[in-house]
Formats: sequence, C-alpha cells, structure tokens
Amino acid sequence: MSSPAQARPMIRLEALSKRFAHQRRLAVDNLTLDIYAGEIVVFVGPSGCGKTTTMKMINRLIEPTSGEIYLEGDNVTHVNPNRLRRHIGYVIQQIGLFPHMSIADNIAVVPRMLGWDKARIGRRVDELLHMMGIPAHEYRHRYPKALSGGQSQRVGVARALAADPPVLLMDEPFGAIDPITRKHLQDEFLRIQGEVRKTIVFVTHDIDEAIKMGDRIAVLREGSHIAQYDTPEQILTHPADDFVRALIGGSATLKRLALSRVGEAVLQSVPTAREGADTEHADGLLLIDAQGHPQRWADDTDARAIVTVSADATLQEALDALLLAPRGRAVVVDAHGAYQGVVDFDTVAGYVRHSAASLAQGEAQTQ
Amino acid sequence: MNDGPDTLKARLGALWRRQLIMPSLLVAICLALYGWIRSLHLDAIEQRSLNAPVIAHLLIQHVELTLAAAAMVVAVAVPLGVLLTRRIARPLTAPIVNVANVGQAVPSIGVLVLLAIVWGLGFWPAVCAFALYSTLPVLRNTMVGLSQIDPAIIEAGRGMGMSGPAVLTRIELPLAVPVMLAGIRTALVILVGTATLATFVGAGGLGQLIVTGNNLGRTPVLITGGVLSAVLALLVDWLAGMAELLLRPRGL
Repeated sequence: MSSPAQARPMIRLEALSKRFAHQRRLAVDNLTLDIYAGEIVVFVGPSGCGKTTTMKMINRLIEPTSGEIYLEGDNVTHVNPNRLRRHIGYVIQQIGLFPHMSIADNIAVVPRMLGWDKARIGRRVDELLHMMGIPAHEYRHRYPKALSGGQSQRVGVARALAADPPVLLMDEPFGAIDPITRKHLQDEFLRIQGEVRKTIVFVTHDIDEAIKMGDRIAVLREGSHIAQYDTPEQILTHPADDFVRALIGGSATLKRLALSRVGEAVLQSVPTAREGADTEHADGLLLIDAQGHPQRWADDTDARAIVTVSADATLQEALDALLLAPRGRAVVVDAHGAYQGVVDFDTVAGYVRHSAASLAQGEAQTQ
Repeated sequence: MNDGPDTLKARLGALWRRQLIMPSLLVAICLALYGWIRSLHLDAIEQRSLNAPVIAHLLIQHVELTLAAAAMVVAVAVPLGVLLTRRIARPLTAPIVNVANVGQAVPSIGVLVLLAIVWGLGFWPAVCAFALYSTLPVLRNTMVGLSQIDPAIIEAGRGMGMSGPAVLTRIELPLAVPVMLAGIRTALVILVGTATLATFVGAGGLGQLIVTGNNLGRTPVLITGGVLSAVLALLVDWLAGMAELLLRPRGL
C-alpha cells in the first residue's frame, strides 16, 4: 500500500517458515515480506511472536525450515553463511563486545576478515568513533570495560557499520540501556541513519520505540504472522484490528504527536515589540530583544511566565510544556532561540484533526 | 592494579612489589636447611645421599617427572575440554567428567602401582600415572572457562561472520585462559607433590630421599627430602601464579 514503488526490494523473505526441534508449532509460519533499500523496518510484537527468529533468519544465525531469503535480488538461502554475515551488520541487545580486544580491534573485526589493509582499517575505525561521538585518540586503544553502557552500544553499532554493509540487523539494540541514554542513542542513531542510509531491520517489543524509529512497522503476532505492515502514522490512525489496537495501547493520538515536529504545525502569531517600546502593558504583546529572543509578555513583569519550545521539538514535547505553561501557550523559537510563533492547545488539536483527515483522504485516493 | 594502564611493564612492576615475599622465604628455608646439615656430623650412609650431585640429580628427575606429566595433561585435557564443550559432544560431557573424577578419587599411589604392575617400572609409567591423576583440574577448568563465556559474545562473533574455529581461537580460548591457567596451576602443584611417589616405581625424584631416610632411620636425609619437596611445590605454585598474571589477556 505505502511501499515504495522501487523495482526490487533490498531484502525479500518469501514463504519463510521455521520449526524448532521438539516443537509442534511453527515459530515463523509462512512469512512473506519485502524491505526496501534505505528504510528502517521495525518488527514489533509480544515476546514469543517470532520477531527475533525472523530477523536471525536474514543472516542465517537461524536456518529456515523452508522458504527463501533474497538479498539485493540474490537468493542467499543456501550461500556460505559466514561470508553472507560479513555483509550484514549485526547489533544485539547484550552488545557482545569482545572484552579482550581493544575498542579499535573490536571495530576492525569484519574489515580484517575482508582483508582490508591496515591504513584503511585505521582510518575507518577513527571515522566511525568520530561518527559515534567517542573521542578516538582517547578510546582507540582502551578495552570495552572502560566504556559506559551507552558508549558500549555506540561501539557495538560502529562495529556493525565497520565494513559499510548495506543491511543492518538490530535486535532490541537499546533495550538494556537506561531511558535517558536510550532516547539519546535513538536520536543519535536516526541522525546517523540520515547520513548512511542503510537498510535496517530493527526488532523491539516497545511500540513507542517502533513508532519513533520505524519508516515502516511490521506488527507481528504469534508465528510471525503479519498483523499490519505500514507506516507509523497509518498504524496509529488506522490500526488493522484489535490486536494492533491493543499493542498500541490507549493513547494512539498522543503517540502520533511524537511523530510530528512543532515546526510542521500551523503556528499562531502574536504581536511583538522590542523591549522598551512605548507599547508596553498591552494585552498579549510579546517583548523581544534585538536578536529576536523572546523576553517576557508585556503585561507580565515576570520573565518566568514565558515557556519556550524549539521548532524541532515534537508536538508531544510541546504538549508536555503547554500543560505547565501559565497561559496555556508556549513561544516557539528557532535553532538560534529567535521568535517564530506561538503554540497552544488549539494548535496541537488542530494539527491532529488536520493530519488525521489528510491521512484518510490519502488512503481514499490510493484505494 | 586494575586502575592503571594495563601494560606488561605495569604488571611486572606490580609483581616485583608483591610477589617477592614467597621466593625470599623459600631461599631462607633452603639456607637454614643447608646450615643445619652442615652443622651435623654426617655418617657414611647420610653422606651418600646428602651431597650436591645426588640431590641435584634427584631434583632434576623430580622436575622432569613433573613437567613431562604436566605437558601430557595439557596436551590431553585442553583439547578434550574444548571438544566436550562443543554442542555436538554434549551427551559425552557427563560420562567423561565422571571418568576424570574417578581418576582423581583413586589414591595416586594406587594408580601408580597398578600402572607399574601392568606396564613395568620406570619414568614413563610414572609420568602416565601422575598425568592420569591430575587431568581433572585442567579438564574441568577448561570446560568451565569455555562455558562461562557470555553467549552474547559468541553470538556477536558468529553474527559478524566469524567461522566456528575462528570464534574458538580468537574469542573463546583467549577468554578462557585465566580459568584454564588456574587449572594448570592446580595440576602442577598436585604433580610436584605426587612425584615424590615416583621412587616406588624406580623413577627417582626427591621421594627417594624421604624413603631412604625413613627406611634407614636417617632423620637428616628424611627431612632434607621433605623440605626440598615442599620448597619445590611452593616454588612451582609461585611461578605458575606469575604466569597466570602475565598471560591473562589484557582487558579482562
């Protein structure tokens, strides 16, 4: 429905099934799924639904019982799995850095297996550490025990990206990391993905993470049956059935707010004046300084009465700020802190109604 | 020691500071023994045992027995431990560990004498008996060392495209080295002790001084044999402890 109209998928799973020894039920039952180049596809579902098994069949850590796996159009179901895996990045929740190897050596594992020369490996290690925000000169020769949890997973991601594989498999990569660091790593990873444009299969049981990370989400029920495979917006606005609805939970609209930026909404505007002008004390007037930074409301001497949100913040974050704002409105500022407009509850509600309507309209057109 | 940079130099420095107590003590014991023997008036029988060439010969025999048996143990128990931790060999694990347990439980003199009856007297029957007796610590520690590795580390290696042998040699064995070395150290100490029994099957060693001293009622000979065996055991333990510190992979 919303799949890109490209000629052939990066990853194609065709009638894929897996039956584990001594188990009657199929862990994965006749799954067919296309994943296109450059998109993040999130497998989400309750534990035991087969999402991790499905992912591990892509790099054949688990061999399928039947069905075919295609990578860039090539059938890889029966090729040498070790060689296949060197071209598929792999990130796991437990990270699994090699404790007896330096951080540089950890990252260099796959390039070495592929026979890269020393200078090229060294350059690549430094480049990746830089990309991950880890000072290379300080950490290159240190061992994984010197890293914090968040840093460890950054190195884990760097290691997976080392040989520049087109495809990345990520099994709950941020699941074991504290919530604050997790949010940070998610944002950082989305930024990096903006640069590297990998095809990513991302497994999680956390629907919020799926909504945040996914270009498309495959909601899986038991046996890896696809309950719904669509964009986060469509899944939130038009859940296919009660199973999907239950997985989303009770606050689909609030979750949708996390998908949109304040800058995308139609902002209100208020009259502004330079501080010290003779229009002071006028109702609803916003005083700004020479650089356009909001100072205070004209009819309120207390500068703390102003709540600002960045245009880059999500509408969910804006709503959070509004709930605490004294006037039920917040001043939107750009990256330099300059006034852009004002957001209030009506802005948020209007955006939600408008986007739901346009999504429904878009769907009507495609049908 | 884990705080500073983990370099060979730092490790040697730490060893230098901490590990010198034991060798100094052993030197002091040897000097005291030497002084005591020199102060005695030895009779002809005692003189025949307590002279430098004889003691050196017995000491070398003792060390040779120990090292030959240790080499045999490592050559057998490490590959066996690796095999038994592979997934295909899981059904064999319990039976073989049980056999090794029995080998350890049987008194060493029993194993030695039985082997000598079957095979005859001499160096190699003694070495084989001792090796059989001290296989268990090395085998068990190899298996424990390999099986305690975080499965996620192995999965990461496999997931990156390392072959089974590459995962074994580049990840599993290096990570198991500390535990394996501890097992080898235990085996060595057991071996130095049991090698005193070699004299009963005509393979010499420091046990000969003990037996001679006891049979002929010559206390200085008996004591010299006992003290030297103990000093050698402590020295081997100390050397093995140093090897453990130096060979432990960095980063652990």
